[in-house]
Amino acid sequence: MPVAGLDVTRLRADFPVLARTVRGGEPLVYLDNAASTQKPQAVIDSITRFYSERYSNVHRGVHELSELATGDYEETRKKLVPFLGASSIEEIIFTHGTTEAVNLVARGMDARFKPGDEVLLSEMEHHSNIVPWQMLCERTGAVLRVAPIDDDGDILLDKLEALLGPRTRMVVVSHTSNALGTRNPVERIAEMAHVHGALVLLDGAQAAPHEAIDVNALGCDFLVLSGHKMYGPTGVGVLWGRREELEQLPPFLGGGDMIETVTFEKTTYRGLPQRLEAGTPGIAGVIGLGAAIDYLNAVGMERIAAHEHELLEYGTDRLRRIPGLRLIGTAKRKASILSFVLDEVHAHDMGTALDLTGVAVRAGHHCAQPLMQRFGVVATVRASIGMYNTREDLDRLYDGIVKGIEVFRG
Amino acid sequence: MSDLRELYQEMILDHGKRPRNFRALDGAECAEGHNPLCGDRITVFVRTDGEKIVDVSFQGSGCAISTASASMMTEALRDKTLGEARELFRRFHELVAAGGEAIEIGKLEVFKGVGEFPMRVKCATLAWHTLRAALEQDDSSVTTE
Repeated sequence: MPVAGLDVTRLRADFPVLARTVRGGEPLVYLDNAASTQKPQAVIDSITRFYSERYSNVHRGVHELSELATGDYEETRKKLVPFLGASSIEEIIFTHGTTEAVNLVARGMDARFKPGDEVLLSEMEHHSNIVPWQMLCERTGAVLRVAPIDDDGDILLDKLEALLGPRTRMVVVSHTSNALGTRNPVERIAEMAHVHGALVLLDGAQAAPHEAIDVNALGCDFLVLSGHKMYGPTGVGVLWGRREELEQLPPFLGGGDMIETVTFEKTTYRGLPQRLEAGTPGIAGVIGLGAAIDYLNAVGMERIAAHEHELLEYGTDRLRRIPGLRLIGTAKRKASILSFVLDEVHAHDMGTALDLTGVAVRAGHHCAQPLMQRFGVVATVRASIGMYNTREDLDRLYDGIVKGIEVFRG
Repeated sequence: MSDLRELYQEMILDHGKRPRNFRALDGAECAEGHNPLCGDRITVFVRTDGEKIVDVSFQGSGCAISTASASMMTEALRDKTLGEARELFRRFHELVAAGGEAIEIGKLEVFKGVGEFPMRVKCATLAWHTLRAALEQDDSSVTTE
């Protein structure tokens, strides 16, 4: 049965910030969703309710508020199990974001890497999925290998396969590229990696807001994501890992909540997931993330994906009509991200021109400098579409670019 | 679009498209500047004779504001003393970064609008910071971060 379409007008009413104007009266067109998404009222309310009615620290007090807070906090973990297709709550680790989650895994891999072992990643990775692995290489003498991409922004699978070997310990790839929108064939990549006994970590930060995630279908060993890119709060991220892999990771941070007993001679650690969550967590953020998951489930990932895909096609078609505009990232399978450069107009200048018409985009290297070098550009303008965007938003983007070009090209 | 033209005055657009003194100076002091936020890179060359700036030029790539700022800086500084150059930078910085008044800075007043865009201040000041590094012969490359 076909899914009924998204009622975007109704949905937009759930996001209070979308009603505001910017730059002295321009209605906001928010197209910077790959950097961070706006928050629905339900997420905002969940945080307000927590702080005003149910606040306490978690996992500690014997009093009622601590029970409530712990219950709310752990409820999000329970929600993530079906949301990600995980096997159990032990597989869900809360972090402060994707970056911390990648670092948690990378720091925990030291003992498994010998000099000459390899980490294989793709040319399109975000700095957060490059730097922690470079640091691992520096600590262990491991070597970083880079799978190249083609001019459309697709990973060259045959090249990637040729780079796999007996020394490959980890393959780390973005599920969906933040700079290009490419939805990588991560299922196939995971299969290839596993043939060589390598573990697979997927950066799912850009996947979570755009499509349903099932870690078993993806075939990965670790998946990381950020709450704020999926309509939840900042300061909360998730590491999912196969239980047997998480069990092998040593504690990342030492401190409260992750211990069983502490003496000055020896400390013993708790089991999963607490062992990997030291200190008081971002409780309100985790609770807000739970509300975001409820919201996404209620709207329906399938509906969101269909709506965004339609907008991506519409936006691509409109931008292609602009003379001297080159789309960076034209993979066949793409999330709703439109990255582009313009003849004679620097990305930052266009970013400002669009801002003055109320259109919020990102201009820059999108934390993917090696990728920018690959395409021979220093920066792109990136319009990234979320579930609440409309064709009218993309018309405003188009008009803003055309007007900006008039000024800059003269 | 009146706001855009207010920020990007004709003179900025002109210098952004056709930067003056866009060349290397053999044997001159030079320094490199980099704005990691937007990827702008610039090299500023400066030749002095005692206390006097005899020639200034630059090369690199950047947005219209950083290119125009570099270009207009090179024009403003020729035949100035080092002390006058420092004072001009101070006044320029006051104008674009601190939202101050334009006090005797001549054509550089066209950058006044940048003050309203905190994210773009670094574009306007990159060339000046780089010039200072060239004059001080600071070996480390300048970044705006």
